[in-house]
Amino acid sequence: MYQAIVFLPLIGFLIAGLFGRVLGARPAEIITTAFLFISCALAWVAFFQVGFGGHDAHVQVMRWIHVGDLKIDWAFRIDTMTVIMLIVVTTVSSLVHLYSIGYMHEDPSRQRFFAYLSLFTFAMLMLVTADNLVQLFFGWEGVGLASYLLIGFWYEKPSANAAAMKAFVVNRVGDFGFMLGIFAVFVMTGSVTFDAVFAQAPSLVGKSINFLGHAWDAPTVIALLLFVGAMGKSAQFLLHTWLPDAMEGPTPVSALIHAATMVTAGVFMVARMSPIFELSHTALSVVMLVGATTAMFAATVALVQNDIKKVIAYSTCSQLGYMFVAMGAGAYSVGIFHLFTHACFKALLFLCAGSVINAMHHEQDMRHMGGLYKKIPFTYAMMLIGTLAITGFPFLAGYYSKDAIIEAAWASDNSFALYGWVMTVAAAALTSFYSWRLVFMTFHGHPHDHHHYENAHESPLAMTIPLGVLAVGSVFAGMVFYGDFVGHHVQDFFRQSIFMGAENHILHEMHDIPGWAAYAPTVMMALGFLVAYWFYVLDPSVPVALVRSQDALYQFLLNKWYFDEIYNFIIIRPVLWIGRVLWKQGDGRIIDGLGPDGISARVLDVTASVVRLQSGYLYHYAFVMLIGVAAFITWFMFAGV
Amino acid sequence: MSSLPPLGAVLPEVTLAVSAIVLLLVGAIRGEAAANLVNGLAIAVLAAAGILVLVAPHTAVSAFGGSLVIDDFSRFMKALAILGALVSLILSVHWLNRERQSKFEYPVLILIATLGMCMLVSAGDLIALYLGLELMSLSLYVVAAYNRDSVRSTEAGLKYFVLGALSSGMLLYGASLIYGFTDSVNFGAIAAAATTPTIGLVFGIVFLFAGLCFKVSAVPFHMWTPDVYEGAPTPVTTFFATAPKVAAMAVFLRVATEAFPHITHSWQQIIAFVSIASMVLGAFAAIGQRNIKRLLAYSSIGHMGFALVGLAAATPQGIRGVLIYMAIYVAMTLGSFACVLAMRRNGNAVENVDELAGLARTNPMMALLLGGLMFSLAGIPPLAGFLAKYYVFLAAIEAGLYGLAVIGVLASVVGAYYYLRVVKIMYFDEPAEAFDPMPGELKAVLGLSGLFTIFYFVYPSPLINAAGVAARALF
Repeated sequence: MYQAIVFLPLIGFLIAGLFGRVLGARPAEIITTAFLFISCALAWVAFFQVGFGGHDAHVQVMRWIHVGDLKIDWAFRIDTMTVIMLIVVTTVSSLVHLYSIGYMHEDPSRQRFFAYLSLFTFAMLMLVTADNLVQLFFGWEGVGLASYLLIGFWYEKPSANAAAMKAFVVNRVGDFGFMLGIFAVFVMTGSVTFDAVFAQAPSLVGKSINFLGHAWDAPTVIALLLFVGAMGKSAQFLLHTWLPDAMEGPTPVSALIHAATMVTAGVFMVARMSPIFELSHTALSVVMLVGATTAMFAATVALVQNDIKKVIAYSTCSQLGYMFVAMGAGAYSVGIFHLFTHACFKALLFLCAGSVINAMHHEQDMRHMGGLYKKIPFTYAMMLIGTLAITGFPFLAGYYSKDAIIEAAWASDNSFALYGWVMTVAAAALTSFYSWRLVFMTFHGHPHDHHHYENAHESPLAMTIPLGVLAVGSVFAGMVFYGDFVGHHVQDFFRQSIFMGAENHILHEMHDIPGWAAYAPTVMMALGFLVAYWFYVLDPSVPVALVRSQDALYQFLLNKWYFDEIYNFIIIRPVLWIGRVLWKQGDGRIIDGLGPDGISARVLDVTASVVRLQSGYLYHYAFVMLIGVAAFITWFMFAGV
Repeated sequence: MSSLPPLGAVLPEVTLAVSAIVLLLVGAIRGEAAANLVNGLAIAVLAAAGILVLVAPHTAVSAFGGSLVIDDFSRFMKALAILGALVSLILSVHWLNRERQSKFEYPVLILIATLGMCMLVSAGDLIALYLGLELMSLSLYVVAAYNRDSVRSTEAGLKYFVLGALSSGMLLYGASLIYGFTDSVNFGAIAAAATTPTIGLVFGIVFLFAGLCFKVSAVPFHMWTPDVYEGAPTPVTTFFATAPKVAAMAVFLRVATEAFPHITHSWQQIIAFVSIASMVLGAFAAIGQRNIKRLLAYSSIGHMGFALVGLAAATPQGIRGVLIYMAIYVAMTLGSFACVLAMRRNGNAVENVDELAGLARTNPMMALLLGGLMFSLAGIPPLAGFLAKYYVFLAAIEAGLYGLAVIGVLASVVGAYYYLRVVKIMYFDEPAEAFDPMPGELKAVLGLSGLFTIFYFVYPSPLINAAGVAARALF
């Protein structure tokens, strides 16, 4: 069964990728989508068996690398963490497949699109089922590759190519840290298999790694290196720049990869490696610091963006920050809970945005929209549900998971606990504001582009069904699973798949926080809504005046804290300069100049002078012969016979 | 008491001499109209002489008081020289008819030159060497200027003659020095006397070798080659590039190994220098050439340099390498010149390399075979030209001449450029107008030469064994 879940998407990819041209677009769509739905159904069966039945499993697929002490196999580690990710990935992926049939129906290379989607799903499933770090890294790179291919799917667009490359390159930075982390794990424990590593983890305490003559605490170093990998994949502060640009890809891709699944791989990895993170208070503090900063930073940028997808992208970035705050607090199951609910409502938001974009004929600027609720009422309703869920409206998904994170931040003994709490509460207000701003600008007010507005139409059934399913998830996911992820059943539900240290009682302490701290996020949510309502419905001149009076701040936010410009200045330009120098001077002038080009030029020089010797005059020829003889005679006279 | 010389052993030479006189008479009596008849008969005579060489018994015979030596070595080289002369003559028939230069003197001169070569190959003393050389050279001077209405042809003949006279003078001067210091003209007697190198003897060797280097067109005695190759009628160039080279190389090998076996170290230095100079100059100078005959002239200079690498080794393996090299060189050269002879457009011969442009599309078979020959001349494995180089370089390495081998390989890298440029022009340039149809005999020669060159590596042992037997005769 587990093999089927993981490998069906691979088979779908191979069929659509290799034979898509022969089969035609429609069969390729149907095959990949059908395989995904089968995989999804099996994943849900697995979820109930493992999550509630307690049937953890270990599935050996085949031997991979057996060299000396290094033994790596292809194997599945099936526990609660895995099955949660399985249902998230396969459900969202199958819905996105279905949605794409509608969304991409005009695209001439749909086979390729569906092949890539299935390839991504396979890689992501490989990642979440991995039973060792190397296999996890394989999936990690596989999703990176699929992400690169899908961001650059419309490769005729230079901006899409640039975005694809940016995503890949920025992820390389994180991957480098991740690889170092894997190496460090292998050096310290002699294994990369999770079971062996976790069994050895307690013995790492007090050990150190020597680097540059300084002994560093081993668990901290390993955890931080792994976290660098997670920061890259999950677009955390400093390594976040690729995610907004990744919106160049088709919208279903943004929903699947850049909202629900791939970007959460970092969160998953940290939770998976919880036995190591639990050993280092320093590492958890860094995780909390980075997560809280990201949550706040991304929310501020989202306030002023005008591209509908960019707003949601920064929102994703911000929500990922929340998840890391939970990780940093030691409340791994809470972070996973937010991952789970976020996948529902963020995929819903993206797919709704896709539906809006589809209705508006690929217009993405919200300033050109407005009043759409009359034209596309179903999408509007779905978008409302998604917005209520993300802002944490009581009893919807986000209310349970996000509030739990904020409570965990308060209750945590992390060095940055208070910082984390303040940032997440403030970000909750901003989240509410920008989410409602999006809704108001898009669906309310007066249409700004009448031509597009008149032609706007509701999306086909293939696109609206996934919206409905995800809306159900966004409403009920929090309510239904709260007990298993956060409440009293956590221990029964997660069992060994998440490790919490002996002193880590966060899940109990977070229920005992003061009432005002617990209700703060709900108040913030209401506040954000009211301000957005005032700004964009009651009196649209207010934000204009505000922008005019606070121009510097506005530009600062609009330009995303100038991160792209700063990186461009301190990294990209110097690197390009070095590259150009090495290319023009190093390779062109020195290697080519002294090597191939230089030698061939010298050969031609020699040729020219040799040819000039051949003058055609008889006495020259005779002279050369005599010189030759004289040279030999001289040689033998002086050098001896 | 003098007994009758063993005429049976020199039957090929006798046949050639008598036939040359008879054919000259036939031509004189029948006049210009006899040209084609004489041509045909000369081809038959050369074929007969070749057969006589091949069927002769494998015993070493010394005739005319040691002046002529008939052994396995001379048989191998004579066969090769006669093959070169025979095929050159076959190739020339059509071309000379088209150019209205078909005269009966031409085949007769070829026969006499071939006779000279046979004497040269068999020469056992310095007198026979000189006689053979002059008999060959005088004929060659005449055929170089054969197209007497062409300024370039007569200029070529005159240049060749004047420089040839100078080289003959040097050779004679060297021979007299050697005679003076060893008291003998016979190679065996010289070898017995020349046990230690003296300065006079070595000077003699320098002059003698200078004359021989001139004949094989080795640097710095090569200057005549490009001008004569370009100026002479193409069939004559074909002949020049094959048979005389073989004969001169044969006598070079024989003199060096039979007359001076004890002072190898001295003459090795000359050969090594000449070899390096030829390889390098051949490679570099050919790059600048646009005329295909000049290009092949420099190519042949370079190839003589490669062949001399084997002589510089001065071992049986080295000599065997030279023999294999010469055989493969003759085959490749005949094929290449068959293509040059086929470069006729609207009845006129064209000689520029660029005229081959797009040959792959106008005449794919010719382009394929010529391409194979060019790759082989460049020494690309597994073609025959590569194996030829391989044997001589292997011998040089075994003899400890590492520098020579390395320079040789580097020179062949440079040389590859101009051979491959011909291939590039044929395959990648915009096609020029197609050539006139190729006569059957040219097709046959090109086909045989191309197939030999391309498939030699499949069954190389007959040539290797024959060359090995021939090389051992000198030691």
